[in-house]
Amino acid sequence: MFQFIVRRLIQLIPVLLGVSIIVFSLMHLTPGNPAQIIAGENAPKETIEQIENRLGLNDPIPVQYFNFVKDAVMLDFGSSWRTSLPVSEELWPKFWVTFELAVYSTIFSVFLGLIAGIISAVRQYSFADVGIMLVALFGLSMPNFWFGLMLMQWFSIKLGWLPPTGWGSPEQVILPVITLGTMGAAVVARMTRSSMLDVISQDYIRTARAKGLKERVVIYRHALKNALIPVVTVIGLQFGSLLAGAVLTESVFAINGMGKLIIDRILARDFPVVQAAVLVIAVVFVFVNLIVDISYKFLNKRINMD
Amino acid sequence: MSQETILDIKDLRTSFLVEDFEVKAVDGVSFKLPKGKTIGIVGESGSGKSITAMSILQLLDKPGKIMGGEINFKGKDLTKLSEKEIQNIRGNEISMIFQEPMTSLNPVYTIGQQIRETLKVHQGLNKQNGTKKAIELLSLVGIPSPEQRVKQYPHELSGGMRQRVMIAMALACNPELLIADEPTTALDVTIQAQILELIKDLQKDLGMSVIMITHDMGVVAETCDYVAVMYGGKVVEYQDVKSIFKSPKHPYTVGLLNSIPRHDTDVDELEPIKGNVPSPKDMPVGCRFAPRCPFATELCEKELPSLDTQADGSEVRCWVYTDRWDGDPEVNVRESKRTAESE
Ligand SMILES: Nc1ncnc2c1ncn2[C@@H]1O[C@H](COP(=O)(O)OP(=O)(O)O)[C@@H](O)[C@H]1O
Ligand code: SF4
Ligand SMILES: [Mg+2]
Repeated sequence: MFQFIVRRLIQLIPVLLGVSIIVFSLMHLTPGNPAQIIAGENAPKETIEQIENRLGLNDPIPVQYFNFVKDAVMLDFGSSWRTSLPVSEELWPKFWVTFELAVYSTIFSVFLGLIAGIISAVRQYSFADVGIMLVALFGLSMPNFWFGLMLMQWFSIKLGWLPPTGWGSPEQVILPVITLGTMGAAVVARMTRSSMLDVISQDYIRTARAKGLKERVVIYRHALKNALIPVVTVIGLQFGSLLAGAVLTESVFAINGMGKLIIDRILARDFPVVQAAVLVIAVVFVFVNLIVDISYKFLNKRINMD
Repeated sequence: MSQETILDIKDLRTSFLVEDFEVKAVDGVSFKLPKGKTIGIVGESGSGKSITAMSILQLLDKPGKIMGGEINFKGKDLTKLSEKEIQNIRGNEISMIFQEPMTSLNPVYTIGQQIRETLKVHQGLNKQNGTKKAIELLSLVGIPSPEQRVKQYPHELSGGMRQRVMIAMALACNPELLIADEPTTALDVTIQAQILELIKDLQKDLGMSVIMITHDMGVVAETCDYVAVMYGGKVVEYQDVKSIFKSPKHPYTVGLLNSIPRHDTDVDELEPIKGNVPSPKDMPVGCRFAPRCPFATELCEKELPSLDTQADGSEVRCWVYTDRWDGDPEVNVRESKRTAESE
């Protein structure tokens, strides 16, 4: 198991290098001179040259890339072109907000999706099953921002139960998490249902019943563990689209997270911040997938360790 | 049959209700099994053998339902039991092993965990004692180095070994009745013989009664004391094993016997029964076997014969053995087949 994890970590290196090259190119492929952006439209030529030298913009591209990677590894992303603050100082508070939103939403979607999927599968074609699958279809086809606005309209404006915007207090967390987590819950529910149905018809489930086990034990101990194997993969992929969806959800609920930061800074052409934000999201995504791989392996002892 | 009867099935009917249509998979099956003996249930694929077996333990898949009849096990009618009561019997008093050893064990649990589970639920054994018993069981069924095997996952074992594990698991609580549904069909010929030998030995040592389901008359000859031949969801003949080989009565039984390799003749070509098992969706109204029977008459096509006890104690479902037989009065079901062959 340890060996497997080490090997997977080593395999991450080329992936992360690729990501860093793409992120680095982002700045260098966009038209416009960074020094000009920092100094402003009407800055004198000397100031611009000074800035170019300070940022090493006249160095050969490979050298610039090397320096970028070296600094990034030390979590040093330079300074914002707009605020002159260190990028990490700008980024981390926002990152934690988005991370919290993503984690709560994942927990919400996994919990709800698993329960709904199991109920659906165990009572295939029942009223509950048909109802759950209808709701799931609804959850899948609804655009995030629209659903968020609807929730806000009902629970904040009409009923006044929950605050319409912001992030931090438990009440403020509920609506954004439902908004962001519903699609994931729908995906997990559908996947769990089909996976459970597939497993329930397997011979070893009949064996489990033939041993005299209670139906509850047959479902939760024998069927669910097998059914979870494909579901875990879906949950991992879900986390990626969750980070993307977080951007929209943050806009709807005026949450001051990474999504808002990225949009604001793209408009302001503040590339160090955008670079760092994209890089962090990519790295988180890659590591979440590593965790998924490990849990997959843990669940499925049949896969060889290599 | 003077011995104590452990299982007495009367007029068992099991159907699958598919889209308002009743598929009668088992349609009035009756047979008795004396304690400590083996009964073979034979018949081609689709004749209702597995569904009969699943009905006993109520392991039927979703739309399957017992529509009527009795399954008397030690005087209790199993069809009347609650879900909880039947759970106490499964894997404890009655165990079952299946045709597909490759897929019958749960891939994500070790052999030891899976055997221990049965011991825990019926005998309350803890992990330590459960493991000890599991190792004993594995060596009982002839699995080498059982101490290592308990820690292994099913994928690390061959098909033959997995079937031995299934048998070990089935024997865990000393069942009085073992149902083996084509336990060797999926295995190599040499492994087949070993598994059959193992079941036979264990039965003798442990005094179990066994239901051996097979489509192979060779397996019947080797393992069974009694035979029930099934066709189209019904028992068509019931005899003790010696008599059925010596004097088979039903034309279908004769057909089955003719389709096994005979070592005592030069003829080594098999002679399968022509035609197919009827689908339960369009069962013939008269004798189920009529469309394939060389002796079928008008009566056979119109009316279903009943399962009648003969003078020698055998039971047969065929018009030939009744007063109402309207065909050749001199017909000899067993010999005419051979004669036809030599012409
Ligand atoms: N799940 C099911 N749904 C509908 N019909 C079934 C189902 N399982 C079995 N049957 C019907 O029951 C008949 C007998 O099946 P089975 O007992 O498995 O035969 P076998 O003698 O080969 O074991 C089959 O021909 C089939 O038509
Ligand atoms: S009843 Fe008629 S058709 Fe059926 S097996 Fe006997 S002879 Fe053949
Ligand atoms: Mg079968």
